[in-house]
Amino acid sequence: MNQDQRYGLDKHVRLLGPLKLDSGAEFAPIEYAYETYGTLNSDKSNALLICHALTGDQYAASTHPVTGKDGWWLNLVGEGKPIDPSDDFIICINVIGSCLGSSGPSSVDPSTGKPYGMDFPVITIADMVRAQAILLDHLGIETLSAVIGGSMGGMQALSWAVQFPERVKSAVIVASAARQSAQNIAFHEVGRQSIMADPRWTAGDYYDGEAPTSGLAVARMAAHITYLSEEGLTKKFGRRLQDRDEKSFGFDADFQIESYLRHQGISFVDRFDANSYLYITRAMDYFDLADDYGGVLANAFKDTSTRFCVISFDSDWLYPTQESRRIVHAINAAGGNVSFVELESPFGHDSFLLPALEMNEIIRGFLKAAQ
Amino acid sequence: MSKHDYKLRPDLAIIANNIAANAQVLDVGCGDGALMAALRDQKNVDARGIEIDPANVSIAVTRGLSVVQGDADTDLSEYPDNSFDFAILSQTLQTTHRPDKVIDNLLRIGKYAFVSFPNFAHWRVRLSLGLGGRMPVTRLIPEKWYNTPNIHHVTIEDFRAIVKERQWIQENQWFLSGDKQISKAGANFLAEHAVFLLKK
Repeated sequence: MNQDQRYGLDKHVRLLGPLKLDSGAEFAPIEYAYETYGTLNSDKSNALLICHALTGDQYAASTHPVTGKDGWWLNLVGEGKPIDPSDDFIICINVIGSCLGSSGPSSVDPSTGKPYGMDFPVITIADMVRAQAILLDHLGIETLSAVIGGSMGGMQALSWAVQFPERVKSAVIVASAARQSAQNIAFHEVGRQSIMADPRWTAGDYYDGEAPTSGLAVARMAAHITYLSEEGLTKKFGRRLQDRDEKSFGFDADFQIESYLRHQGISFVDRFDANSYLYITRAMDYFDLADDYGGVLANAFKDTSTRFCVISFDSDWLYPTQESRRIVHAINAAGGNVSFVELESPFGHDSFLLPALEMNEIIRGFLKAAQ
Repeated sequence: MSKHDYKLRPDLAIIANNIAANAQVLDVGCGDGALMAALRDQKNVDARGIEIDPANVSIAVTRGLSVVQGDADTDLSEYPDNSFDFAILSQTLQTTHRPDKVIDNLLRIGKYAFVSFPNFAHWRVRLSLGLGGRMPVTRLIPEKWYNTPNIHHVTIEDFRAIVKERQWIQENQWFLSGDKQISKAGANFLAEHAVFLLKK
């Protein structure tokens, strides 16, 4: 059994840092909330990091404390699954900027005793990754057998491999991109403006009163559409009416899809902070892996010895296959080692969170091949 | 990795036998990765693959091979010059839109290129077309004219002509009838299948 108090479920730690941010600022101290599953082996060679998405959290394979729902990647993580706590020492860390226990706008600034609010520094994907690296140092983990993530988690996995190539043996990037597209920035901006237009947002200083839940719910509704696909929506809802036989000639949620989206929006605000939504979408918008490499993505992978596995889904229009191919071409151009497949799924961007036997077997085979 | 008893297609067996241990190999149109797996496990070859069919890519990656889903016509240009010892194009040439450009790319990427293809001048093919008046359907060309992926049928003589025309250097050649290797004499008539080793 693992007696180390640093490992296990529902872990919290405050580290001094400081964390050097891309903006030039320094951030300290850094709070971390994280989960670990499995046992670190004696030569510390089986550590595997799971990176979560925009509104994800550290509960990849544990019950969410607010919603009571199962871990968000139980399809992939568990006994007998491709990521297996009986073989792997699995770590999942709430990203900085988020609101599930790691430092973010809703956490208390020790210098004022009040939540940071908009005084929280603007962060980037690379900052999130450097923060994770500081925690891994604390956990005594030098090398990761793999870094795995979907969507924004895939961005972190890429950033890990590029910032710390010597620490990352393998990287799995699912439904992601090496840069945020103009269209995706546009959707994020709609979400942010929706939050900021809510009178309760009050420039981010709302922690003593009511949160801007209306704005956040609308942001979530708009974003949720981008996670699905037209085919998926048509299959699931079509033009069917919600609990009624006739149109109401009003503005109730006549259609099932309206009712579904409203539910998504309303339930989201119970588990997520509006300011965190601003900060994390901003971090994603700023993400372009080629920025530090003269705009040439291949240069980011120069001399990399990390093995990459890139997976996209054919109905994902938020992070479409062409973005994955761009990553693959760049790694190939740099002489790197990469596998890539586009999988069929009708469920759009959300496919990476759903049961997908093919994805599981590919990830299993890819991870096994390194051993 | 366990040492399986690899039963390779005869053209792949010839290629495998002629690749040096520890070489770096790019297999273009690698299928389910059979050749790559054999090379990796038997010769410690660092093998990478490109395959157009996602089901095949999935099988290959699940076997632990590094394979990307891609198209020989469009995706080879991304690979740097001289980045592999060998580039392999087995039974894929006749499916490409521009076989000449694909081979140019193979010779740019690899120091050597293996190219294998079914010979459209084999006597059975000639018989089928010449006497039967029908597009041939044979063991190596099993599809009908309307559903075949083969869009650029080529004969051994055609291939020799382009090798000469493009001034590629032919390092070696092998010919197969059924599973047996045959001599180069009359190969354009007797061989069902040809394997060429080229360099620039």
